[in-house]
Amino acid sequence: MKNFAFNVFVIITLIPSFWVALSSNIVHAAFSLFFTFFGVAGLYVLLGADFLGVLQVLVYISGILVLIIFGVMMTQRAQMEHISTRLPGRFAGAVLSVLVFGGFMVAVYKTAWPKLTELPEPVPTTSEIGNLLLGKYLIPFEVASVLLLAVLVGAALIVRQSVRKE
Amino acid sequence: MNSLTTYLLIAAMLFTIGLFGVLRRRSLIAMLISIELMLNAASINFLAFTKFVSPDPATGQIYVLLIMGVAAAEVAIALAIIISLYRWLRTIDIERADRLRG
Repeated sequence: MKNFAFNVFVIITLIPSFWVALSSNIVHAAFSLFFTFFGVAGLYVLLGADFLGVLQVLVYISGILVLIIFGVMMTQRAQMEHISTRLPGRFAGAVLSVLVFGGFMVAVYKTAWPKLTELPEPVPTTSEIGNLLLGKYLIPFEVASVLLLAVLVGAALIVRQSVRKE
Repeated sequence: MNSLTTYLLIAAMLFTIGLFGVLRRRSLIAMLISIELMLNAASINFLAFTKFVSPDPATGQIYVLLIMGVAAAEVAIALAIIISLYRWLRTIDIERADRLRG
């Protein structure tokens, strides 16, 4: 049963992600991203991160994806994208990607990963995350909060300036 | 089937697809979407290592949480810049948006 769920999540992660990279229509790419995010959320749950799976759906799908689709709509006139058809450019991108993938494969299979003798049973991690965030990882947490505040102000400022110039 | 290398393989594929998307796309929003794929691949790696290697099950999840926060911030700023650029140049094609000062 778990293997079946794993296969399903892998399929709905990887196949739409090809569409994200290859589709010439940005709206299609954005909607394929929905499936990819959902599959990744499923993989998080299978990896024992129940809280992060839910958060993936909440933050990525309902936050980031909606924001991206808004962006697509706001720049609608420019959305007819002509994918570069110059052969050298496409070829170089593909070759570089394959090389990077080969490098990953070498790294994954040549490294002797340390192994836990027995995998612990998945437990609910929400309270553990809360304790770590307000204990050991308090400073990264606060820095992230300040970052989000700065982004809030910065995004408003960037968009407002261009309004004033017009 | 459910081993560390399987998850690393999936994450590597996702990252490579994202990289290919970034290199191939010319629209800024499509590049942003591909970057999101790469960030997700990194998060899968963190969680796989947490589950299969680390004795403490929740530490890697903190990192994924921070990645999510940074990704949200990145998308917000990037879209603000893209929309600002679009108002200015009427295009989000990177090959035509090559002037730093209009």
